[in-house]
Amino acid sequence: MKELMLIIVGSALVNNVVLSQFLGLCPFLGVSKKTETAAGMGGAVIFVITLSSFVTSVIYKFILVPTHMEYLQTIVFILVIAALVQFVEMFLKKAMPSLYQALGVYLPLITTNCAVLGVALINVQKEYNILQGTVNGFATAAGFTLSIIVMAGIREKIEYNDIPEAFRGFPIVLITAGLMAIAFFGFSGLI
Amino acid sequence: MKANTPSERLINGIIKENPTFVLMLGMCPTLAVTTSAVNGIGMGLTTTAVLAASNLLISLLRKFIPDGVRMPAYIVVVASFVTIVQMLLEGFLPALYASLGLYIPLIVVNCIILGRAEAYASKNPPIPSLFDGIGMGLGFTLSITCIGAVRELIGAGQLFGRQILPLADAAAGKMGYEPVTIFILAPGAFFVLALLAAIQNKFKLGAAKKGIDPSNPDKCGGACASCGNTMCKGGKHE
Repeated sequence: MKELMLIIVGSALVNNVVLSQFLGLCPFLGVSKKTETAAGMGGAVIFVITLSSFVTSVIYKFILVPTHMEYLQTIVFILVIAALVQFVEMFLKKAMPSLYQALGVYLPLITTNCAVLGVALINVQKEYNILQGTVNGFATAAGFTLSIIVMAGIREKIEYNDIPEAFRGFPIVLITAGLMAIAFFGFSGLI
Repeated sequence: MKANTPSERLINGIIKENPTFVLMLGMCPTLAVTTSAVNGIGMGLTTTAVLAASNLLISLLRKFIPDGVRMPAYIVVVASFVTIVQMLLEGFLPALYASLGLYIPLIVVNCIILGRAEAYASKNPPIPSLFDGIGMGLGFTLSITCIGAVRELIGAGQLFGRQILPLADAAAGKMGYEPVTIFILAPGAFFVLALLAAIQNKFKLGAAKKGIDPSNPDKCGGACASCGNTMCKGGKHE
């Protein structure tokens, strides 16, 4: 249990996926204009990453390792993730239309989110078992959601500020992200 | 210059449609591995190899891949080349392999590669596609090496692993350069890229003010779809 807590704190705060590992930057910069859309994206990412880290852990342990095909992990994982996202989209559309309404537009964007593949590979690299891998996936995604929502909140305020012309748009967002990354260094004392 | 000749493709990739500075693609490796210039070159050339090979193969296969499943097909091609390159690096350049680590397999999801496959290689013959891949790859290499060099110089006073600025040594009472360590840590990546993007904005604004292209509000030159709509609204109030 203590080990799982360490994984959660480590992945969500200390090694935050966006601010210290630079995974999932495209949605972080692209979909962080409004808090609601950021929260929607975050929800979809939590859903997909938790599920995909579970599925990829299972596939790695029960298919790739017994058949000695670990070297195929990149190809297998990316295909599994792409298929999974499609499948989740179809399933939600049919079974839970209300959830699909909320997350639907973000789902296709997630295949290209490198955090999903990144988490699957990190799970293998750190030799996590299936439970640890799933927990790590959930915590990483929660860290992503936390940072994208904070970012969206800051960007909504920035709209009203007088920013030098050259820094409007992309550059000021990057500077904000840099300051957030400094703030997240504060968490490194936690473990 | 004639379109689709090898040299035109090379120049297009390196300067006109530079993937990092102009198209704003592939941000994850751009920020993650640029702690030093050497890492930048390593990552850039690895990506170039994958990009050239996958562009060539996808262009050769462009008449055989059905339209409906083209994305999964491209992903399989790219992932196979990434796996090959990863094994080669592990075997022949273990030091680079260790320092790039996780980001080598993540080349698969680098949007430059799928972007070029979709936008160019799927519609053009093999030879221009190969050179398009090489050009784009070299453009990417050039820009991330520059970012890496800036970060390494400010953050450690080094360039390509050599000490350029003599370091201060308080114990020996020697005057010298105090490295700003934050530039080789995560926040530094954001700051350097922010400054580069701001400089680029500045030039674009200057050009717009001189009336070079006032009728064209689309500052990205048609690349808006790929830049995630963040860059294009740079100069405007929303």
